[in-house]
Amino acid sequence: MIVAILMPFLIAMCIPFISKFKHRIHTGYAVLATSLSIFLYFLVLLISGETDILYRYSWIPSLGLDLTFYTDGLALFFALLISGIGALVAFYSIFYLSREERLGSFYVYLLLFMGAMLGIVTSDNIYALYTFWELTSVSSFLLISFWFTRKASTDGALKSMLITFLGGFSLLGGLVLLHLVTGSTSIREIVTQGDLILANDWFPLIVVLLLLAACTKSAQFPFHIWLPDAMEAPTPVSAYLHSATMVKAGLFLLLRFTPVFRESEAFFIAVSIIGLVTLFWGSYMAVKQTDLKGILAYSTISQLGMIMAMIGYGTEAAIFAAIFHILNHATFKGSLFMAVGIIDHETGTRNIQKLGGLWKLMPVTGIISILASFSMAGVPLPILNGFYSKEEFFTSSWNLSGDRAFGSDFAALLANIVPYAAVAGSIFTFVYSMYFYFRTFTGKAEKTTAEKAHDPKLGMLAAPVLLVSGVLLISIFPNWFSRHLLQPAANAVYGEAMKEHTIHFWHGFVPALIMSLIVVVLGILFYSTRKYWMGLYNILPGKLSGNIVYTSLLSASENQTKKLNDRIVSGSIRQYNAIIISVISIVTLLVLFGTNSFDLSNIDTSPVSLPQSLPELAVALIMIAAAFGSTVSQKKLTAVIILGVVGYGLSILFVLFRAPDLALTQLSIETITVVLFLLCFRHLPEMKQERKEKTSKKITNIIIASLCGLMMMLVGLAAYSQRLFPAISDYFVKYSYKLGGGDNIVNVILVDFRGLDTLFEITVLAIAALGIYSLIKLRQKGGDR
Amino acid sequence: MEIIMIVLAGILFGFAVYNILQKQLLRIIIGTALLSHAAHLFILTMGKLKRGAAPILTEGTENYTDPLPQALILTSIVISFGVTSLLLVLAYRAVKTNGTDNMEELRGNEHD
Repeated sequence: MIVAILMPFLIAMCIPFISKFKHRIHTGYAVLATSLSIFLYFLVLLISGETDILYRYSWIPSLGLDLTFYTDGLALFFALLISGIGALVAFYSIFYLSREERLGSFYVYLLLFMGAMLGIVTSDNIYALYTFWELTSVSSFLLISFWFTRKASTDGALKSMLITFLGGFSLLGGLVLLHLVTGSTSIREIVTQGDLILANDWFPLIVVLLLLAACTKSAQFPFHIWLPDAMEAPTPVSAYLHSATMVKAGLFLLLRFTPVFRESEAFFIAVSIIGLVTLFWGSYMAVKQTDLKGILAYSTISQLGMIMAMIGYGTEAAIFAAIFHILNHATFKGSLFMAVGIIDHETGTRNIQKLGGLWKLMPVTGIISILASFSMAGVPLPILNGFYSKEEFFTSSWNLSGDRAFGSDFAALLANIVPYAAVAGSIFTFVYSMYFYFRTFTGKAEKTTAEKAHDPKLGMLAAPVLLVSGVLLISIFPNWFSRHLLQPAANAVYGEAMKEHTIHFWHGFVPALIMSLIVVVLGILFYSTRKYWMGLYNILPGKLSGNIVYTSLLSASENQTKKLNDRIVSGSIRQYNAIIISVISIVTLLVLFGTNSFDLSNIDTSPVSLPQSLPELAVALIMIAAAFGSTVSQKKLTAVIILGVVGYGLSILFVLFRAPDLALTQLSIETITVVLFLLCFRHLPEMKQERKEKTSKKITNIIIASLCGLMMMLVGLAAYSQRLFPAISDYFVKYSYKLGGGDNIVNVILVDFRGLDTLFEITVLAIAALGIYSLIKLRQKGGDR
Repeated sequence: MEIIMIVLAGILFGFAVYNILQKQLLRIIIGTALLSHAAHLFILTMGKLKRGAAPILTEGTENYTDPLPQALILTSIVISFGVTSLLLVLAYRAVKTNGTDNMEELRGNEHD
């Protein structure tokens, strides 16, 4: 189990070495083998019926973070999808990417993605899920920007990263809240506590955060804008990440938590509306596109919206249909992407206005496309799986108000509108499917494309052909798939066993069929009258676009950041110092006052009586005066000599406070320091700049300095007045002679008890001496500056 | 007496910070020197002042002043000497190389 999930990561580590031989053998074969073996592993699991395999490894136990993997029906379903499509995409990419490309990086990213995706679907721990989730965003970013010399690629990658990371961040928030509410990090435990979560005050926030995560990942309105731009990625990537798998991670997240959410009416309202709006908007926008991949991108958005809506319904039929459609969408959309890749490869363009009449030139690609796009449109034919799931979609929409009881009027009203919205949204699905197929494969062939275009090598065709045969297989044996794959997944989502679903082509004249027919009829009508209503796009969206919001937000944040940066990072160390010192002072003062840290009532001070204390007071006054003097002095010599006064004053204080060693050291050091100052003097300029300082600046500095001084005073008072712990000095007094063999306690501490400190002190001095030596002596070698 | 010393240390801190915020390198060095004086006084005060004899063991004396802060300060004095001298030479080199000891002129350019 763990091997299967971590295998992509392990192989990814070997890819750089394998790719050394890319001219002899295409690196893709390694990836193909990897994904194929993972696929087989999960297939064996599925057939043997051995689900719920657990693997547990305590990763960071203190954070409740462990790697627990399990496979229920849903995880198995997704894992098969990921590894199966992954194998086909790897096979396809072998022919799509030439050996001159950076194959090593490409396949490392691809495997990274595959591993992360498998991790998402099989993780039981919410934080592990989050980690894998972010990893898919990262690998998606890397794959979109694979051709990083193109600006469009890097821009698209940035956009997708920003939007999906926004979602990732809110996912983290939502998961943390779930953890707090349920006290568990295991998804299986969390979903059993649905009532607790629903009753919690944080529930709305949890829903919003998780929805944000799902909507950004699955490109739902209005976060869909990153997906069309992500089409700058190599086509195998688009087929894999941006249609079959990664964008379904958002759906997966909601499916995972459906046992909790399906009871909630707010969840139904939000998700259904988002889904239906996305369904409509995506299909509407798809007809406007001229880039083949653009059409597919918007169609993916729209299909995801449809699945989203079904998840929102939360009824048995709807969830079953959602899972069914996830499978179908992966087959037909994957093959369409690959077909577009072939067209791009052969004709050199993806612009639908330049294409046409390819049917004669590329019949195999044509067959693939017609099957896939008609399946996508939901044309009622028994060999098109898209029709089956669309039918299920209509059925569940139609029956929604009967299948579910609603508490609020709004929800009940919504449930009644849903069937009409579903039909309306699907009309454009039909239109863009037709648009895609007929504009590319029928009509007149452009001269430029006609000459060179032909069906590609067998290898490149193999993957889409396999996928399309998946379309046929699913349509011919829907109930086999249903029993073995869909039903277990749906049961896992629903949280309890559903009654068995059978899928039929012919139900009789049920509402769903009528809805399908309406869609087909209106779709044909809209498609044939297309040129009359295309002007609509100038009004809607016209200039209204999520992209404008995104761009303005991006540039605004860039500008603001630059401004802020220029202001704070000015390059002036003085300013940094001022900011640092004032922040420390103000924060400390606030804390001191806020926590009321002064308790001077039982402060233990030595008495001050005038005749006896006169020396100390006098020295203190002299020191203050000297410090003042050295600060305002305009002559460097004066300043330094007066500074010496402060030092000597300090040593007198040391004498008075019975610290003879300190006094001696201070005296000698002070003398050397003054001498050193004087030595350096010849080379340092006079202090003329003092006068140039602006008064306002001076005042600011004075304020900062006084604040800092005040802060230190108060810290001293607070620390002195409250002794939380007994002093450890008694130990030294007691054992100085016994252990250290010396009478002078300070000396014993320095050389014995804390001998290492002294050793390091000497080291510091040695380093300083070396520094000084090199600064003075080695100037010539560093150039003559 | 401790309170007076704490106030004194605080005032010294104030002067030290004011000097550190100046433009001229020499001022900054004076500031750091003052800062270390202030810190030493501060630490010494924390160990209670004038309680008993100097910390040298003698027959018949029970009370000694706190030896631990003294030991710490002794280390610190020497280290601050090292710092001051290194800074001085650094300033000397900076003036030699750049011809100025004004901090505002010593900032790097955009691409440093």
